[in-house]
Amino acid sequence: MSLLEGRTGDWEIVIGLEVHAQVTSKSKLFSGASTEFGAEPNSQVSLVDVAMPGMLPVINAHAVEQAVRTGLGLNAQINLVSIFDRKNYFYPDLPQGYQISQFLDPVVGKGEIEIDLADGTSRTIGITRLHLEQDAGKSIHDQDPRKTLIDLNRSGVALMEIVSEPDMRSAEEAGAYVTKIRSIVRYLGTCDGNMQEGSMRADVNVSVRKPGGELGTRSEVKNVNSIRFIREAIEYEARRQIEIIEDGGTVDQETRLFDPDRGETRSMRSKEESHDYRYFPDPDLLPLELEQSWVDAIRESLPELPDQKKHRFISDYGLSVDDAAQLIAERETAAYFEAVAEGRDPKIAANWVTGELFGALNRTDTDLSASSVSADMLGNLVDLIADGTLSNRLAKEVFEIMFDSGDDPEKIVEEKGMKQVTDTGAIEAAVDDAIAAGAAQVEQYKGGNEKVLGWFVGQVMKSTQGKANPQVVNEILRKKLDG
Amino acid sequence: MTAPTDFTIAEARDALNAGTVSARELTEAHIAAMEAARELNAFITETPDRALEDADESDARRAKGEALGPLDGIPLAIKDLFCTEGVMTTAASHILEGFVPPYESSVSGNLRTAGSVMLGKTNLDEFAMGSSNETSYFGNVENPWRRDGDNRPLVPGGSSGGAAAAVSGRLCLGATGTDTGGSIRQPAAFCGIVGMKPTYGRCSRWGVVAFASSLDQAGPMTRSVRDAAILLGGMAGFDPKDSTSADRAVPDFEAALKVSVQGLRVGIPAEYAVDGMNSETSTLWDQGKAWLKDAGAELVDISLPHTKYALPAYYIIAPAEASSNLARYDGVRYGQRVEGDDLTELYENTRAAGFGIEVRRRILIGTYVLSAGYYDAYYIKAQKVRALIARDFTQAYEKCDVILTPTTPGPAFAAGEKSDDPIAMYLNDVLTVPASLAGLPAISVPAGLSGDGLPLGLHLIGKAFDEETMFRAAQALEDAAGFDDRPGQR
Repeated sequence: MSLLEGRTGDWEIVIGLEVHAQVTSKSKLFSGASTEFGAEPNSQVSLVDVAMPGMLPVINAHAVEQAVRTGLGLNAQINLVSIFDRKNYFYPDLPQGYQISQFLDPVVGKGEIEIDLADGTSRTIGITRLHLEQDAGKSIHDQDPRKTLIDLNRSGVALMEIVSEPDMRSAEEAGAYVTKIRSIVRYLGTCDGNMQEGSMRADVNVSVRKPGGELGTRSEVKNVNSIRFIREAIEYEARRQIEIIEDGGTVDQETRLFDPDRGETRSMRSKEESHDYRYFPDPDLLPLELEQSWVDAIRESLPELPDQKKHRFISDYGLSVDDAAQLIAERETAAYFEAVAEGRDPKIAANWVTGELFGALNRTDTDLSASSVSADMLGNLVDLIADGTLSNRLAKEVFEIMFDSGDDPEKIVEEKGMKQVTDTGAIEAAVDDAIAAGAAQVEQYKGGNEKVLGWFVGQVMKSTQGKANPQVVNEILRKKLDG
Repeated sequence: MTAPTDFTIAEARDALNAGTVSARELTEAHIAAMEAARELNAFITETPDRALEDADESDARRAKGEALGPLDGIPLAIKDLFCTEGVMTTAASHILEGFVPPYESSVSGNLRTAGSVMLGKTNLDEFAMGSSNETSYFGNVENPWRRDGDNRPLVPGGSSGGAAAAVSGRLCLGATGTDTGGSIRQPAAFCGIVGMKPTYGRCSRWGVVAFASSLDQAGPMTRSVRDAAILLGGMAGFDPKDSTSADRAVPDFEAALKVSVQGLRVGIPAEYAVDGMNSETSTLWDQGKAWLKDAGAELVDISLPHTKYALPAYYIIAPAEASSNLARYDGVRYGQRVEGDDLTELYENTRAAGFGIEVRRRILIGTYVLSAGYYDAYYIKAQKVRALIARDFTQAYEKCDVILTPTTPGPAFAAGEKSDDPIAMYLNDVLTVPASLAGLPAISVPAGLSGDGLPLGLHLIGKAFDEETMFRAAQALEDAAGFDDRPGQR
């Protein structure tokens, strides 16, 4: 359990998340208007989206399928009858004056997922529900000194709201949870998970308590749109609440906003100011009824999911939880790894993918799909280590060249003459030279200073341009010095 | 020869087919009648130019032998709650004054496709909220009828008061109405015409300005049962744009009229003898029973025990839905806007200026019954009552095929007589509301006159999607009643 230290002792953070994920669908939840990102303002707005008199919603069957698919991916119960409700409030980016959502009877009920933590452990987090709802339009306040401009392109776009149980206990866990949700919806193709474009965002509920004590009063930080911000908002919010309580105050139940520039949260509205949404079943829509056979057919069509893949990587390949979790985060990464691992030592393959490859991709801000090193090429490199052609050190150099040039490792080894020297004759000569040049070091070694061995290895490597097989060098050195 | 404005739709159809009248002649006669009867204030917008164009196109089709069907060339009035492409649509509200929809409602579109001629948009209670057509921003509608020896104007009923007055006053051959709790049937009874509300889901609500979505249903208003059957045939049909529209074939309603009521079981609900029902109305009800019995039907006593809870439940459910449906009229995108210093003021100013008193009352009631802490006590309880009322009907229909009641407790009243007393006004709907809550088809047939010469209607309620049986019984009532009185004749 990760605790925060306060003046009065340790504190436990309790976190629940509501993740809003935009459904991957060509058209909106209740209208035929397009959902494509980045179009001219108000160019993707139907008569329904703008709430003209007499317009009626008609459910997008594909969006329902996507919600059910996601529910199955969250190991959740699918409700064969669910109901759309109206959530009533006035705002200019909500043309109907109500949002169509699901309140008491959501399409997806309880489920659970695993989250993977940096210390190599996993935890199960409960899913409370998933429901479908309409997104609102966008209010733009900064383009005119007096006026607010409205873009209704997003108005009516289908969202899945995935609500977790208050099962998380640290910012890290919350981050891991969102990472896993993102990974699941991307595997399923039900949401692109693009947080920059607003396809995924989260409302974060945070409270603090003495470990094991009564739940504290929570605040809700709205609309946080990156995993880093979610973590920062939780850290800030927990500290803020602890300070209030330790100063003898009480935490207000309120809605807050996260300011990423200042890294702090600010009050948006208190409980007293909160809306009475007057939920009631939308009389324009009949209850949503699903057939069990239809749900079963979707279940049959599901791909292997992140957690299943993770368990398979751990059991079949003997990988650590941490390596497995890294490799399964994206479907493409997992496939890449499996291609490298095929017929090779999977742990070595995993090290190369999570180590050199991820490092190089991160450093150059490159997506795996755009990587110049294909799984075949990396596999060949691993083979060159296995057959003794390259030492690990040489292989890393080859990798860098390969990553920059996109050339095959064999070609690089050939052209640059980077083959490891295992010819004992050549190495023996180099060792003899080193011993001859280092009379003082020889004395030290004989005097019991084992560390000085490194100096000799360095000399040999220098004279062989690093190509000498380090194992062989060590063996010969010891034989000659000890002999 | 009958004047073109005195035709029924069936007669006009036959005359058009026989070539004894043209669509243009029919249309011109009605345009002249509308101009002569402007004091009724039955129309918010007249569309004579478009009507004549429609008529000429119809005549041209007919000349080429390409007439479209029974409604081709028939001049109709459209309630100003149906959105009509390129023609102002107001719902009789200031907040929508000047609003010209870029789309056509499915029902009025069906009628256009059938070749009918639109004469104009009829007046109504604001957002269809009212039973006297006294809440329209565009002024009261007058009933063409007067009490004997009393020239005070009477209300036409509501909310489809303009449509009822226009049909009764011979300003059109038929009209579309909408009925949420009685808005077709009550004005039909007050104006001495036939008004019919189909089964919920029979006519598309797409493009009809919403009042209470779970209750609103479009229907025909005509001068004969046959006309109602013909006009409904042109309005009805499945519409994928309305999720509550019924995916069922539209029967030939007119053909159903040929079948007699021999052996039909007519239910008489004990609970409809409500307090405040006028004695002439009960007498007429007894007369109606006798007529149907004489025509070969069998009378069956039935019980609809939850009837007395229908009106209170209705006045919770309908305002609740309305409070949400009317939220879109906020001055932001279309219709009237009254500026303010901030957003809240803009909303407040716009809605205070745009909505009349009855609409504001119902928004307040609806907001109240949906709000936290009251929702279970009002809205949920009303929904339970609604389910019980629907169950009453289901059980009653095990014993009978159609139910006979009066349409209203009494005849039309004078303007201003009940407008200060919302409860008295709401009681007008006491006999029509249960069928609305249960989603059942129902029709008002003019059946007699009150002692002071005002029309009274009888009301038949059918089984869901069995409009045909209801029409058969209505035809039998019409035949027996022989109601041929018309306004202004005495």
